[in-house]
This record gives sequence, C-alpha cells and structure tokens, in this order.
Amino acid sequence: MTRKSRRLILIACCGAVLALALGLILSAMTGSIVFFRSPAEVAANAVPPGTRFRLGGLVTEGSLKRGPDQNVEFAVTDTGATVAVQFRGQLPDLFREGQGIVAEGKLDAGGVFRADTVLAKHDENYMPREVADALKAQGRWQEGGGKPAPKEAAGEPKDGAKADPTLGQRSER
Amino acid sequence: MIVELGHYALALALALSLVQAVMPAWAARSGDAALREVAVPAALGTFACLLFSFCALAYAHVASDFSVQNVVENSHTAKPLIYKISGVWGNHEGSMLLWVLILALFGAWVAGAKTSVPPVLRTNTLMVQASITFVFVLFIITTSNPFSRVAPAPLEGNDLNPLLQDLGLAIHPPLLYLGYVGFSITFAFAVAALIEGRLDAVWARAVRPWTLIAWSFLTLGIAMGSYWAYYELGWGGWWFWDPVENASLMPWIAGTALLHSTVVMEKRDALKVWTVLLAILTFSLSLLGTFIVRSGLLTSVHSFATDPSRGVFILAILALFIGGSLSLFAWRAPMLRQGGLFAPISREGALVMNNLFLVAACATVFVGTLYPLLLEMLTGDKISVGPPFFNWTFIPLALPLLFIVPFGQALAWKRGDATAAAQRLLAAFAGALVVGLAAAAYAWGGPVMAPIGLGVGAYLIIGSVLEIWARARGYGQSRTRDLGTTWRRAIGLPRSAWGTALAHAGVGVAVLGIAAQAWSTEGLGTIRPGGQVAAGPYIAVLDRVGPKKGENFEETAAFLTLRNRAGDVIGTVETGKRFYPSRRMTVTEAGLKTVGVSQIYASLGEVMPDGAIGLRLYHKPLVLLIWIGALIMAAGGGLSLTDRRMRVGAPVKARAKLPPAAVPAE
Repeated sequence: MTRKSRRLILIACCGAVLALALGLILSAMTGSIVFFRSPAEVAANAVPPGTRFRLGGLVTEGSLKRGPDQNVEFAVTDTGATVAVQFRGQLPDLFREGQGIVAEGKLDAGGVFRADTVLAKHDENYMPREVADALKAQGRWQEGGGKPAPKEAAGEPKDGAKADPTLGQRSER
Repeated sequence: MIVELGHYALALALALSLVQAVMPAWAARSGDAALREVAVPAALGTFACLLFSFCALAYAHVASDFSVQNVVENSHTAKPLIYKISGVWGNHEGSMLLWVLILALFGAWVAGAKTSVPPVLRTNTLMVQASITFVFVLFIITTSNPFSRVAPAPLEGNDLNPLLQDLGLAIHPPLLYLGYVGFSITFAFAVAALIEGRLDAVWARAVRPWTLIAWSFLTLGIAMGSYWAYYELGWGGWWFWDPVENASLMPWIAGTALLHSTVVMEKRDALKVWTVLLAILTFSLSLLGTFIVRSGLLTSVHSFATDPSRGVFILAILALFIGGSLSLFAWRAPMLRQGGLFAPISREGALVMNNLFLVAACATVFVGTLYPLLLEMLTGDKISVGPPFFNWTFIPLALPLLFIVPFGQALAWKRGDATAAAQRLLAAFAGALVVGLAAAAYAWGGPVMAPIGLGVGAYLIIGSVLEIWARARGYGQSRTRDLGTTWRRAIGLPRSAWGTALAHAGVGVAVLGIAAQAWSTEGLGTIRPGGQVAAGPYIAVLDRVGPKKGENFEETAAFLTLRNRAGDVIGTVETGKRFYPSRRMTVTEAGLKTVGVSQIYASLGEVMPDGAIGLRLYHKPLVLLIWIGALIMAAGGGLSLTDRRMRVGAPVKARAKLPPAAVPAE
C-alpha cells in the first residue's frame, strides 16, 4: 500500500467520523432543543400546546397549593402575565413563593403548564439568569439584583432581604 | 499578621514566577546555561510561596479570623473543623488560590524530579508553566484577593453554603484541580517543544507520565464530583450534562485521546503534530472550563459569585494562551518531520480511530455546551440543551469507540491482522452476546440500550482479561501451553500492560453501571407513619418522623424500614431535612442503603403540619459500578505510573543500581 493510499484511507475515516458527529449534532438540534419562555410570551399565545419549553419567572405569592399524592399547583409570574403550573414530585429545597424558578414541561389544552422538572438554584440569592433577563427586559428588575449579592461580602446581615423576599425588596439589593 | 504574610507571599510568588518565565528566554539569547537553570529554583520558590500563602488562608479559616472578608463570607464558628478547612476552597478566591497552588506544584514537581528530560526542554517547560502561573496569580491579586480585610470585623461569619458542608467538598475540588490543572504541564511541554522545534520520542517519553498523572486525578475528581452530586442534590441522578460538568468532561476526553496518541508517538515516532495539538487543546479546554465556571455566563448548578471584571480577565487569559499556543503551532508545526509509517489495520490505526472518535465526541459536548451561548448572542433566543441532546450525540460515538478498545490492543504495531485479532477476541464476543441476551431476556420489553450496554461492558472486561492472557501465553515460538509459565509470565508483564488492561476493564465496569441505570425505578408518595412507598423490588415503610440535632444544624428525619417484595427486612434508612440557622437554609439529606453494588435511595420531601411526609424512593441497580469503574480506571493509570519507564519521582536509585550490571556488558 502506498503512502498516498494510506493517507486517503485516513482522510476518509476522519471525514466519515466527523460527518457522523455533525449529522448527530444536527439531528439532535432539531429534536431536543428546549426554548426558554416567559409568562408574557405564554400569555401572548406564542407557544402552542404540546411543545416542550422552559418557563421561568417568580412563584406568585400565595399561589402554592399542595394536593394529595405529591401533586402541587402554583403560579409563575413575571409580574405582568401569570401562568398556572401543575407538578407532581418533590419541589427543590429552595423553592419558595416569591423566588425565581425555572420549570420544564408542556402546556396542556387548558393553558395549564404541566411541569416535569422544577429547578431552583441551590443558592438562596440565586435568580435564574433567564428569569432575571426576562424581568429586566420589562423593567421589573435592576441590574445586579440577580447576582449573588455582592453586598453580602461586606458582612451585612442577610436576613433583611430574606425576611420579605418580595420583588421590591429584592430588587433593591 | 499571618494573613498579611500570606498576602505578601502571594505577591512574592508573582515576582518569582516572572523571573522563572523571563530568565530561560533571556538565556536563550545569551546562551548562558547558568542563567537558564535559574528557572529550577524559581519554580521551587514559587511553589513554596504559594503553599505558604494557601496555608495562611487556611489558618485564617480555621482560626475564624473574621477580619478577613473571605472568612466572613464563608465560615462560621459553629462549623465543624473539617468544613472550616475545606471551606478554604469552597469559594471563588480560595479555589483560585488552590488552582495556582497546583499549577506551581506541577512546576516544582518538574523542576525537582530527576528525570532524563533534556535540560533545555525542562527549562523551557518551566518557562511556559511560569507564564501561566504569573497570569493567574496576577488575576488573583487584582480581581479576587482572598486576603482583603474587613473593618470593623463582624462577630460572626455568614457560614458556608450548607450544600458544600460535606466530605465531597474536601475531596472533589483538590482531585479535580490536580487533573484539570495537571494538563498545564503537558501544555507547557508541548509549547516548549514547539519553541525549540524538537519533537521526538524523548519528548513523548517525558510527557507521558504527566499525562497519566493528570488523567488519573481528573478521572477521580470527576467520579467523586458525580457521586457527590448524586447523594447530595437529592435528585438521584449521577450526571446532568450541566455546563460545568461538561467543562470537566471535555478536558478528560481530550486528555484520554492525548494519553493514547503519546503512546503512538513514543513507540513509533508517528502522530507528532497531532499529539502536540492535542496537548494544547486539552489544557485549552481546562482553561475554557475555568472560564465557564467563573464567568457565570452559563446557567448551572455550580458557579461562584460572579463579577464581570473576572470574566473579562479570564477571557483575556484564554485568548492569550489558546491564541498564542495555536499561532505558535501553526508557525512551527509544518517544520516538524513526519515519522513512523503504518498500515490502516494496525495498533497505530486503531489508536488513530480512538483519537478520532474521542475528539468527535468531545466536539459534540463542546457544541452542546456553548451553542446556547452563541445562539443567545446572535439571535437573543434562550434555549437549553439538555440530556436528550447529549445522549443522542455522545452514545453513538462512544459505542464504536468502545468496540475498538480490545480490538486495537489485539492488533500488532505497524501492520496488524484483523482476522487473527477477531479470533483472539472470540471469547469476548461470545461473553458479550451471552450477557446482552440474558439481560434482554430477563428484562424483556424494557429499554433497548440497557442490554446492549451490558454486553459492551462485558466485552470490554473480558477483552482486557484476554489481552493479558494472550500476552502471557506469548506468540510464535515462545508460545506456551503450561499454566504455570503463563502465570509467571503474566506476573512479569510490564506494569503498564497491567495498567492498560485494568483501565480498560474499568471502562467496562463503568459502562455496566451506566447501562443498568435504564432499569432504575422510582416511587413517590405522601405517607404517614406506617405508610409505604415502593420502588422496583423494594418497599420503604415509614417508622417515625423525628428531630435530630447536628453540630450546626437542626434536622427533621424520617426513619424508614426497607423490605423486599417478599416482606423480609433488608435494613433501615433515614433521610432528613437539615435546617442551617446561620444561612436560614434547608437542605435535603438523602438516605442510601447499599445492597451489593445496587442502591436504594430515599429522599424526604415536604413535611406537612399534620405529620404526613412526601417521600421519593429510587431503586438504582448496579449504580455503584459507575464510580467503582472510574476508580479502577484511575488505579490502572496509577499502576502504569509505577512502570519503570514512567517513573517521574525517583529513577535515581534505579540508575544507581544499573551500572554494575551495565559496565561488564560494555
């Protein structure tokens, strides 16, 4: 076998493996990418029922209802629009009313978001970046609020902000 | 005072690393060997300074010196001692200090080890390593100083995030960094070789042990992190394809490829340019990972307190080192002579395929991790790329790779015989088929990939055993049928042969564990004492719910009795919710019951005012094999390191022993 043909075989193998990788990436891109939507977008009927997406926002104060058999209902808001969410399972430890969360699932025909995953970051100062951006876009959130509290560095007591985790309080930080 | 000394030592390390970076370059102009060798004591000095600096910070943490901002933010007097120590690297500033400490450790290790590395290559390597150290120490001093003071000092600290108050934090980051940052030394070797324009088997022999060290630690670090996330986050998952996890996986995959390509380079003087490129890419991916974790650009379960100025600084470092090394590569690589021809069907050919698949798999992880960022910048659309994407792209690339593993080993260097190799692996094929079919029959109608995965795992393990067997039996005239001779020869095989077999078998063990997760089952319920939740073959009965007191937390624990379906008691398990008053934060503590290598995993949900609790129960068959497999892989790496050809620590004795035997021969 000549040097040239060896090289051709090598190049053909490289091409084949890279083409396989590219094909896999492209096919996965069309099937398994999940978009992030805010409650406002959902309210504007931007998302058809049955499409998987991530919903992010703040858990509406007083909306959390625990049903039998680990069924939970709550509402997610961007302080403009509100979307009702149903979920079965354990909520994260840091799930609280007034706290920013991201839920993944689908809308049902009645406009209720059926979530199969609920994420709340494992840090009490955390605001999911997507949520912070969405709120900022509506002027409800000030820059720096979503960052894990630079002020904490100065040794300030954090309980002030924690005691009343409403939007107004938090956005002051 | 000690804190100030620590800060001073940090500044001193900055100066020393500058000396270490500049002197060899200067010496290259003047040709002064003594000046060049200044890099060696400078490397040791940098390490000593950083070690002192790190100890000073650790002292401040242990002594709860709340005049130091870093301690205030991350410590508390009531915190157990072990977490006071591990809390040193449980935050951005401290972990950066650990990062540069390990960087300097590898520099000092190269400087101190009496290896046969040519002196110019050694000092050039130290020079490159020092330039990395310099930039990162500068980064710490300017943007993330761990020694800054607070006045007036508060009486109590904010405590460490309770999720980090775990043994996992004490072990995971140091191991991970030893791996992650360890690849800096292979990078330094690669750039040094490019600067010098000399690249040969001597270089490959010098680099291989370092690659092995870094790779073994990274394997351990990733496995430890995975197990920690598994038991601490309470979701029962062992890998989330989270950007930060991917950030550590990418250097691991590239490092695995590097490990294999240096073998080809050492043995056959081939794949030189490729190996150097891989060495550069591996550390570039480590740097990229650091950027991803510290900049907060990607949403992740990890991430430190972020600050835009840090992100920009690290981005600049990234551009400097990746851009610089790749430019140097583009300039110098065409001058490197190609060597070692080989046929497509050969050991080299198989290793090339190994590299191809690994790099392709690494590329898919890279795309999946960074595509959301790119898309958001271009279109403003926010997307998330989750497990479906990675499973769909990664597994099809991993399967052919795993198929090649024993096959490649059965091929000879230069020109192999595919038929003979296949015959040698007949037992492995048969074993895989039996295991796969048995699993499929046992769990008929279940997930398709699981029996295939089990088959592949069995194939890898049997293939590794066969490899040792075939080598011990010998080839051609020296072939033996005597079991005793085979045994003696097997013992006498080079340790690196055993290490390779062990590492490959470890991959097989991990694949078994991963595949079996397709059969994991879960149960969910709201129960009162006496009630039960079932998962797979097990039932958990709630005995009682009661309080428990910890050193710095209050816990509400659920005590459960586990039974199998026949009603026999398997054991008890408890899961709780811990409340940490200092941070006003609640953390779920999962309960684990190990049965063989399978686990039953209980996670407490909401505790209702009326005494009912939410409980999630998982049955995770063979789950421990995932981490046991990783441990075996790292042990294989460690065993290879003890091979005589690869010792970096003390080959002096071996050399001292040699002359009496060698002299008469001359």
